Amino acid sequence: MGSVLPAVQGFMYPNEVELQWSVLIVLYPYITGLVAGAFILASLERVFNVEAVKPTYRLALLTALAFLIVAPLPLQLHLGHPERSIEMYLTPHTTSAMAMFGFVYLWYLMVVLVLEIWLDFRKDIVLTWRASRGPKRWLYGAMALWYDNISPEALAVDDRVGKAITVIGIPSAFLLHGYVGFIFGSVKANPWWSSPLMPVVFIFSAVVSGIAAVMLLYMLTAWWRERKFDIACVDTMARFLFFAFVIDFSLEMLDLVHRIYEADESFRALDFMVHTKLYVSQIIIQIYVGTVVPLALLGLVQLVRLSPRVRSWIYWIAGSLTLIGIFAMRWNVVIGGQLFSKSFLGYTAYKMEWATREGLLPAILLMLLPFGILYVLVKLLPPWPAKPRKGDATVM
Amino acid sequence: MTFDRRKFLLDTGKLLVLSASASVAWEAIVAGKPETAPNYTMTDHWWGMAIDVDKCIGCGSCVRACKAENNVPLDPMYFRTWVEQYRVNPDDMDHPTVESPNGGYDGFPFKGAPDSDPKAKHFFVPKLCNHCADSPCTQVCPVGATFISPDGVVLIDKDYCLACRYCVQACPYGCRFIDPRTMTADKCTLCYQRITKGLTTACCENCPTGARRLGDLKNPNDPIQQFLLDHHVVVLKPQMATGAKVYYNDLDGSVR
Repeated sequence: MGSVLPAVQGFMYPNEVELQWSVLIVLYPYITGLVAGAFILASLERVFNVEAVKPTYRLALLTALAFLIVAPLPLQLHLGHPERSIEMYLTPHTTSAMAMFGFVYLWYLMVVLVLEIWLDFRKDIVLTWRASRGPKRWLYGAMALWYDNISPEALAVDDRVGKAITVIGIPSAFLLHGYVGFIFGSVKANPWWSSPLMPVVFIFSAVVSGIAAVMLLYMLTAWWRERKFDIACVDTMARFLFFAFVIDFSLEMLDLVHRIYEADESFRALDFMVHTKLYVSQIIIQIYVGTVVPLALLGLVQLVRLSPRVRSWIYWIAGSLTLIGIFAMRWNVVIGGQLFSKSFLGYTAYKMEWATREGLLPAILLMLLPFGILYVLVKLLPPWPAKPRKGDATVM
Repeated sequence: MTFDRRKFLLDTGKLLVLSASASVAWEAIVAGKPETAPNYTMTDHWWGMAIDVDKCIGCGSCVRACKAENNVPLDPMYFRTWVEQYRVNPDDMDHPTVESPNGGYDGFPFKGAPDSDPKAKHFFVPKLCNHCADSPCTQVCPVGATFISPDGVVLIDKDYCLACRYCVQACPYGCRFIDPRTMTADKCTLCYQRITKGLTTACCENCPTGARRLGDLKNPNDPIQQFLLDHHVVVLKPQMATGAKVYYNDLDGSVR
């Protein structure tokens, strides 16, 4: 731990030298952002009747669930006493933004996502239940809660309830992630975080990352299954991605311009940090590589008529860069907010460890885990029809 | 195949409510009785501290006394109190040079060399938890493990702290750390084990110049009342509106 001391430039309060929140806390807003974004994309189809994105509806829901299951794990790993985390449910401190986490999480997981997925897949579950034997029969029976009524009337009720849940789900998704932004935005001691814009920026960046992730997963799963994907669907997603990104980038630039123009007591310290310790992760990766380039690529598709093949390549590149850029944004918020002293007189460094509890290795494993869960979910609840739909405009 | 969903939901709900209340009750039983202090009534006191910056000589006695009294880790990044040395050049008041080698634990030995900046003024600033009346650290604790006691001391229940570190982030003054031995948050307690027995804090007790004075702001006869009347005092970062109760006399505006 003492190894960080030589990296201190200027003056830090002694207790500030060590960073408190590690790469695991970078993962937390990144993962919940993907959940919220994927759900909002799914609800586009359901509530706003955007037919074009229908092929991704179920995949988006399952993606959101896979990531939501993993979301609390980095927090648990990070806690000094994970065995006491249950106290957040039993004796929540009402003035704490963080105490809300358990409730927002449970609400979102159980009331919104699991219920909506269950209602949407119920018919498939019951049909598989009826058609299978042995443990599989038992498993699908359990998933159906041993209730096999799939009459048209029952399914119509499912659909109505599902729609109502989606309507509740949209503000819930905003709550889930806006609240994560509030955890940072409400820390008045830290000028890098303290901003009422933080929850709004978090929500829009969540939408951006969620759409990008589902878009990539949709193309990836099509390629994996050796099926052709629906280019009209991906075009629509890319258009939504572009619009959400424009709003997200505008908000972030508004924040930046406001900080530069207002230039309060923290400005010089933060400005120096952005031009030194955060230069690569903020200016290069987040803003240029992760925002300007994908925005330009997605904008190009909106303006110029390109062949489906070129478009799909653009979507691959823009989607990947977007996810990298949003990750860099989370990194710059969480890590950047701890690199400067609250005395504004110095800077410390973040030395990421490798195979320790809060090191890079668990972070990588935690990032891979949702894909494993998604694989299982997709096997259990196939989100696509058995055969590719005919007549789709396709590539690859 | 029939399955009464209404009954299932009702039973599940009952089970959840019952198990939650049973676990709360069990917790109350195992927690036992709190330690008693028969001669001390919390509501009779409201603790703060007065620090006379001009009297601090940077000897570090307070830091050593604090670490010894409160079993604070000796590493150079864990302090309940520490001392900062400021060097301020009037030509550049915005950029003071600040040092706190090992938190001032070893004092600030005179180096013997002529000062690189002879025009600058030097002074020492002891720091500790401000025991804020509206403390941002207690506000953010997700389980209420840190709290302000009725006598105005911000404390931590170490059997309850999750070490989520939100309080460390929320303190504007850098007063908190995670004790690596217990993996719980730690900070100045104003030597609660001493002040509830009528003693002063270890840092005040060991200050050779009387630069630090514990004071009971509820006691009209406490000397701190006269001190606050006679001097121009400020708290650190007043713009944070935390209700800080560590009052500095004659503090330079460059101190953060």
